[in-house]
Amino acid sequence: MKLVFAVIQRVFYAAILLLAVIVLNFFMMHLAPGDIADSIAQTMGGADEEIMKEIRADYGLDKPFLTQLGQYIFKVAQFDLGYSYFYTQPVTTLILAKIPATLLLVITSQILALIVGVLLGVQSAKNPNGISSFVVSMLALFGYAAPVFWTGILLLIAFSLKIPIFPVAGMYDVMVEGSFFVEALDVLKHLVLPVVTLSSIFLALYSRLCRASMMEVLGSDYIRTAKAKGLSRNEIIYKHALKNALSPVITLAGLQLSAVVSGAVLVEAVYSWPGLGTLAFNSILSRDTPTILGILFFSSLVVIVGNLLTDLVLRLIDPRMRGSE
Amino acid sequence: MNKIFTVVAAFAVAIASMTSYVTADEAKRGGTLRAALAQTPRHLNPAVQSGIVTGFPGAQLFATPIRYDENWNPQPYLAKSWDVSDDGLTVTLHLQENAVFHDGVPIKSSDIAFSLETIKANHPFKTMFAPVIEVQTPDEHTAVLKLSQPHPALFLAMSSQLMSIIPEHVYGDGQDPKSHPQNSNNVVGSGPFKLVEFVPDEHVIVERFDDFFMENRPYLDRIVMRIIKDPAARTIALENGEIQFSAFESIARNINRMKENSNLTVTPEGYAAIGPLDWLAFNTAEGKTSDVRVRQAIAYAIDKNFILNAIMLGTAQDARTGIYPGGPNYEPNVETYDLDIDKANQILDDAGYAKGSDGMRFALTVDFGWPGMKDRAEYTKAALKKIGIDVTVRASADFPTWAKRISTHDFDMTWDTVFNWGDPVIGVHRTYQSSNIKKGVIWSNTQQYSNPEVDALMEEAGKETDQAKRTALYSKMQKIIADELPLYPTNTLPYHTVFSNDVGGAPLGIWATSSPMDMTYLK
Repeated sequence: MKLVFAVIQRVFYAAILLLAVIVLNFFMMHLAPGDIADSIAQTMGGADEEIMKEIRADYGLDKPFLTQLGQYIFKVAQFDLGYSYFYTQPVTTLILAKIPATLLLVITSQILALIVGVLLGVQSAKNPNGISSFVVSMLALFGYAAPVFWTGILLLIAFSLKIPIFPVAGMYDVMVEGSFFVEALDVLKHLVLPVVTLSSIFLALYSRLCRASMMEVLGSDYIRTAKAKGLSRNEIIYKHALKNALSPVITLAGLQLSAVVSGAVLVEAVYSWPGLGTLAFNSILSRDTPTILGILFFSSLVVIVGNLLTDLVLRLIDPRMRGSE
Repeated sequence: MNKIFTVVAAFAVAIASMTSYVTADEAKRGGTLRAALAQTPRHLNPAVQSGIVTGFPGAQLFATPIRYDENWNPQPYLAKSWDVSDDGLTVTLHLQENAVFHDGVPIKSSDIAFSLETIKANHPFKTMFAPVIEVQTPDEHTAVLKLSQPHPALFLAMSSQLMSIIPEHVYGDGQDPKSHPQNSNNVVGSGPFKLVEFVPDEHVIVERFDDFFMENRPYLDRIVMRIIKDPAARTIALENGEIQFSAFESIARNINRMKENSNLTVTPEGYAAIGPLDWLAFNTAEGKTSDVRVRQAIAYAIDKNFILNAIMLGTAQDARTGIYPGGPNYEPNVETYDLDIDKANQILDDAGYAKGSDGMRFALTVDFGWPGMKDRAEYTKAALKKIGIDVTVRASADFPTWAKRISTHDFDMTWDTVFNWGDPVIGVHRTYQSSNIKKGVIWSNTQQYSNPEVDALMEEAGKETDQAKRTALYSKMQKIIADELPLYPTNTLPYHTVFSNDVGGAPLGIWATSSPMDMTYLK
């Protein structure tokens, strides 16, 4: 019962949050100098007074700010995200078309980073002052500090140019046609470098967090008890300690889901990955308000749902979280 | 002078012989060309969407009445021939009889009339067809354009992507052509290739239109245009062969790196009509830059060679006027403002701008329209410090931010890139006409330059059908502008076309990829 109430409360907050996101973003877009008519002039290589006026009238930009905002909220309430100024297509169509690519990239990177990060974290927590711990820390630091576009281009030069085993751009080769297996393999080949690049950032976060959390847990009383019981070292670490040490890592992973939009923008740009990040980037530069607001609306949804899911997962793996029910 | 001419002539001969060598291969049918696009097109209908990004797929999907060879000569295309009346007021197009749209419907003179009306109403380049009063269609294969005044720019305006012939039975259905759903999907074109698929931010795929009106054309079966925005990634894709063809490459470092690759041909040829120029524009109406002496002193203080050699790394050409070098209306013999710091200081001293105790005379701002121009804006600051002008570089977050500043005349100086778009009437007049000072419109006369003599010269040249007389008028105009300096042109944008050695017949005419690639083939 408490769970149901908690969910209803969350949904209510989420609705208010979404409204705030829309109003705030609409306001910020309005503050930025220039508008879609300017960016269309850019794509055209020239402009005409009449046509610019016409564009502004077509998109209602000549109306007062509050009228524009009101109309937009009214439409969103009916689940209509509007029509993209730049792409001249419905925003919902555009976003839905780009979601799979971004999900594939972000989720694969997250899983890889989580698994490898946790393993590395555990490994270095076992012997916090050893050489392997030092190496892990340095690698993590490097992965976190190096700019994504730099890592990306470096990997491209190494594995697409010098040793040409991975493709440079895109998610699939339009000229590869065949069975599901052949096409899946093609996507996999395109996926490797972007995933390695993107997970290098997360990897650093997870391994450092897991290491710290693990060291704290390993020093606690119940681990001493487990040792006293004569359990093997691996049993203690993976069965008793890790389970408790994982909580903060999973909380963080849940929060990182917001990276569906933000974190992937640069990686998508370097590898021409056809996802939401590319769409968001282009829309911002071209003042394509409906598309930007649509993406922000969608990513707010993802964050909210991500937080809900994180809570549920934590309840599953950590009995302490269920205690209050 | 003679010596220079000899060198230029020898160079031209060398280029010409190289070109004939390149085209000596036998053209072959078939194959898929893997090409790159640096941006995603808004949509694919060039009749209502100008610009080089839509131009590449657009010129493949849609044919135009005429096309141009690499020496600026008009060639038959959808119009197999044309006549111009003696008074220059009537232009008659005789259309190909076997030409059909991609849905099999014949291309008729009424489609020419419809396309022209649509372009006139929706295209930003209003001057292209402004003098066209009406298009008469005496029969299905004859279109007669009636003009209010002789209009020599009409021929370039009827070429490349500028007058794409669109089907009336599709786009004449009452919907706004600017947002017509068939601009992006199920495009019914008139060109050598038809649309297979357009996925924004991913690719445009076109395939051979078997019923194209020119026999045996196009040579290629397919062109896959992949949208790769990152210039470094595009360079790597060209180097490792993932991409075979890319046009409009403009980053000097990448161009020079690709030149070292023996599998690639890297050439600046093919951009004469597009005519992209970099210049430093001045606000001639307000502030210190409204004084012509200040503008001249600034020009003398900027070292063009530094821009050409250190910033553009030798990839760009010297540009002297607002008309792209080499074209039929270009006048190279104008004041060039070769670097002369002493003279610049002298001019400012004489004009009464004394140096203060800190060695500075006054302060100015410089903007730049494109991220790639940041280093020359920084250079401007350093260069003008030497003549006592304290320059602040103003960065803009993005294009609309900059466009807003410049178009509302809130600037002293700005670096900009502007295209000629074929005829001066289309892309050059707009920069200087006093009637085109339009607040809020970027690439209008944002310098607010106003000179009745220049206005009159352009007016006259715009309707002069004798090319020699026209050249003389434009020559005079370019000289006046170089003296009065509403803007200081420095270089051509180093657009390069890059293709792997197995590509033949690359589009190296005057319109680059804004022209049909029906003669491109794979060896």
